[in-house]
Order: sequence, then C-alpha cells, then structure tokens
Amino acid sequence: MSVRDISQALAAGSYSSVEITRRYLQTAESRNDAINGYISITPEVALAQAEAADARRGRGEATPLTGVPMAHKDIFCTRGVRTTCGSRMLANFVSPYDATVVEQLAHAGAVMLGKTNMDEFAMGSSNENSSFGAVSNPWDTGRVPGGSSGGSAAVVAAGMAPFATGTDTGGSIRQPAAFCGVSGLKPTYGRVSRYGMIAFASSLDQGGPMARTVADLALPFAYMAGFDARDSTSAQRSEPWLEAMRQGEVPQQSNGLRIGLPAEYMAKAGDSGAALEAAIKALEALGHSIRPVHLPHTEAAVPAYYVVAGAEASTNLSRYDGVRFGHRAEHPTDLTDLYERSRTEGFGAEVKRRILTGTYVLSVGYYDAYYRQAQKVRRLIQQDFLQAFTDVDVLLTPTTPNVAFAKAALTQDPVAMYAQDVFTTPASLAGLPALSLPCGFLDGLPLGMQLIAPHFEEQRLLALGAQYQEATDWHTRTPEFAP
Amino acid sequence: MADIDLDHLQRLAALRLNEAEAERAYRELEGIIHMIDAMRGIDTEGVAPMANPLDAVQRLRPDVVTENIDREAYQAVAPNVDGGFYLVPRVVE
Repeated sequence: MSVRDISQALAAGSYSSVEITRRYLQTAESRNDAINGYISITPEVALAQAEAADARRGRGEATPLTGVPMAHKDIFCTRGVRTTCGSRMLANFVSPYDATVVEQLAHAGAVMLGKTNMDEFAMGSSNENSSFGAVSNPWDTGRVPGGSSGGSAAVVAAGMAPFATGTDTGGSIRQPAAFCGVSGLKPTYGRVSRYGMIAFASSLDQGGPMARTVADLALPFAYMAGFDARDSTSAQRSEPWLEAMRQGEVPQQSNGLRIGLPAEYMAKAGDSGAALEAAIKALEALGHSIRPVHLPHTEAAVPAYYVVAGAEASTNLSRYDGVRFGHRAEHPTDLTDLYERSRTEGFGAEVKRRILTGTYVLSVGYYDAYYRQAQKVRRLIQQDFLQAFTDVDVLLTPTTPNVAFAKAALTQDPVAMYAQDVFTTPASLAGLPALSLPCGFLDGLPLGMQLIAPHFEEQRLLALGAQYQEATDWHTRTPEFAP
Repeated sequence: MADIDLDHLQRLAALRLNEAEAERAYRELEGIIHMIDAMRGIDTEGVAPMANPLDAVQRLRPDVVTENIDREAYQAVAPNVDGGFYLVPRVVE
C-alpha cells in the first residue's frame, strides 16, 4: 500500500491507525525470518503511537502523516528503544534522547513499527556487515539488498512498512533502493538534521526517505527536512514548497527540463544500459530534452570518497572507548587495554578496515598526499557538477553498475565492493541531492536510475520522478514474495 | 607498494588484531591504498581543499544556557559509573 493511499484512507475513516498498524506489524513479523530487514520490531511502541494518532485525528489535529506506519533505520537514536547501528558495539545501547528526524516524524504523528537492519555503522554496500545478520533481497533472497540502508529498502519492497528512513553517505539510500526496486532520496547535505543520527562521515552523512514511489517520498521528506540548531551543519533555508509538501502536495512537473547525460557514467552503465535508453525515450516523450555532458573527474570519486569517509570515520568512531557507552571489555588490565579490547571486540571487520584506512591517510607523512589531496579532488568533482548545471537542469545516470549481486560474492574483495559506489559517491562528495527510482528489470531483478539536481532542488527531483512514474509502471511491480 | 606500518596504525586506532586478522588486514589495506592512489596524480595545483560541500562554516549561537545535562539519564548507558563518575582502570598509581 502507498503512503498516500493510507493517508487518504485514514482521513476518510476507512480504517484506524491501530488497524493498519496491526496489519503491518503482522506482515513485518511473519516475513522477518526470511528477510531480516528489522533488527527490532516494536509492537508496543507502534500500537501506543497508533492509538495516540487515532485520538489526535479525533480531535481534528491530524497531519497527512498522522497514523501512517513506518520504520526507522537503526542508525537514528530512539529514546527508550534500542539503537544498535548494526554493531555489536551498540548491541545494548538505549539512547536517552530522540534524533531530530525521529522527533519530527513522531510530531507529525507517524507510527514507528521498528528499527531496520543495516551495515555496521552504515559502512557497506551489501548489508552483509551487520552484526545482526545479513538482509535478504525480497526479489531473490539469495541476493543482497544493497547497503547500507538495506534493511529499510528490503522492508519497503517486501511490504513490511509503507516507508522507511535511511541514511546516505556514499550511496547508502540510493544503491539499496535500486537493488530492491524502490525509490529513495538523498537530500542536499545539510537539509535533514544529523542530530541523533549516529555519525559515520560527518561532511557526507545525510538522512532521507525510502518508499515504493517517488510521490510517497514527498510527505516523509517534508517532515524530515528543516533547520535544526542542534546540528552545526544544518542549512538555514526557507522553502515554501516544503510547507506545501507537508500538507500532502506532490510537486508537479509543468515544463520541459534539460536533462544531462554524463558520458563518463554512461560508458560504465553495464546492466543498466538498455533500461536507461528506454528511460531516456520516456523522458523525451514527456517533453524533456536530453543532452550529453561531461563530468571529467568522475573516476576520482571512489578513491577520494574512501579517503574522506575513512578519515572522518576513524575520527568519529574514536568515541567508542568502552567508558561512556557501548561495549566494554571485561577485566581490563589498564586503560589502553580497556580501549583496545573494547574496540577490537565491539567493531566488525569492515569498520576496522575503514578505521585503519582513515588512520593511515591522516597519519604523519600521508596527510597531504591523501587526505588533503582528496579534499581538493572533492572540490574538482563539485566544480564538474556546477559547470554541468550551467547547461542542464538535472542529470540522469544509472544508480548502480549491476543488479543486486549474490550474497558473499564480494565479501572477500573490499575494493570490488567499494567499486559498487561508482555512480553514487560523486553526488555525495558534492553535497548534491539525488534520487534513485526503478527504471527496469534484468532477469527478474530491479534496476534503478539516478537523478541529480543542484543544491536544495529536491523539489525538482521529486516532480520529475513522480512525472516519470505516472508514465511508467516499473515502480508498481512487487516481488512475488512468499511469506 | 604502499608503506604500511600496521602495528603503528593499530596503536593510533586503539585496535589489536590477532595474527591472522593482521595478515588479512595488511593485504586488504594494500589493495585499498592502491585503489586510492589513483587520485594522487590529479592536478590540484591552486585548488582549495573542500571540508564542507556547502563551504559552510560553524555557526555561532548566543552564549546562553539552552539545555541542562541530565547526568543520571546520560550515564544510565555507561558500562561502569559510580557517584556520577565514569570508572576506568587505575591510571595514576
């Protein structure tokens, strides 16, 4: 069911929030053994929130999201409900406060069904790095759902939640959205508050919504977005269209856009090539014009990303010391032993790999050659985009170089796993908003395309994406998932 | 080939891998560094490093109290506290 259908049915009184919440809880519980998309399912919280939502509606104070069930990625802190970040380090962590995103969606009246599985500390492209087990792709449970928001993508695809929150540092919303055949928006850096969103790479991390359709992203996005004084990098913006979206409006695409096709991406489109050609034709038929553009530093994005993200991760994760919160080693002999064993026991292999990479690029003698150089390359990548946007309104690219791959196919080769992020890391480094939406199938597996817009132009992405989905039906297909 | 002093990196990162893990980590780190080396040759002469994609700087706020720390609630998640203090192994003999 779509977010919009549920919202309208609740408003019309066709069913109550308690009723629809019970239905989703039932589906979530019965399918989770096969999908493992949820780390925690929280029926008590959900039903209490659903009852409150129904009461609120009775008082005439409902928003369009009031009573709509949803799931939070387990990276968002939830007061009183365990927040693990997919890590043994935080296996028993119960946050004393709510993330701003959690608070805002709760204020709007959304009902939390549970917390979704993810790669540990959001580091991964397959969801195989979770301390709580791998997530299965609902289209083929032998395959990965993508990562790191793989749990969120899988529960949406499997009908276990109408929408979910995700986070995206180098593609962690867009790539799993593509692999699971759903839609996902990574907003402009600074658009959605990072307060209470467990930090991975602070200059890249950005929260966003995931749902079956682009139209269904608008409502959650509008309530997630907004300035937050508690996040020092939150953008102070005032957009009248965000307020309209909070009232349930989906942005409409009224005029023809100039859509740029980056040659560097198309050359590596792989599995997505044919589907993208069809999408181009569909977009042209809608009155948009396609033109080639060049983003010459594209190849440098994955290397620059893994330097910047690793450096920031090694710094951010230094807070896990076994002292203030998180896993603590037993019987430490001294302080160093406490630190080293708590961290060694608490972190998984990929997190350690990133910390060591980050430590290397920040260490004496390597800082300029790696970290500083990556920051400069980051600017060149952003300049490529800004240059392209002088000629086009939006960019169209594949989201991933291939369909969802088999579990364990890439776990022995971190560099091959990192290469999965080839089309998503450039927009992350540049801080640009980007949307992934279904654009076709290959051998029964979904393919995604990515739309990238200038900073703070999420409205343009949603309008164009929604228009494309009105003209196509890829987003209406659901996996033949046997519960 | 990359010059990796894994013992040094582990000390800096407060991690302690066993022999098998260290052997694997070394090999993987070599591969990762080889991959990231691809951006070292790019001409960045005169390019300013970018720390924030909006080139934003830290906001200042008025110097007034905005929230009170609830020590009890915040320390409820700590593994080992006593009387408001975090406990660690003895540092000063």
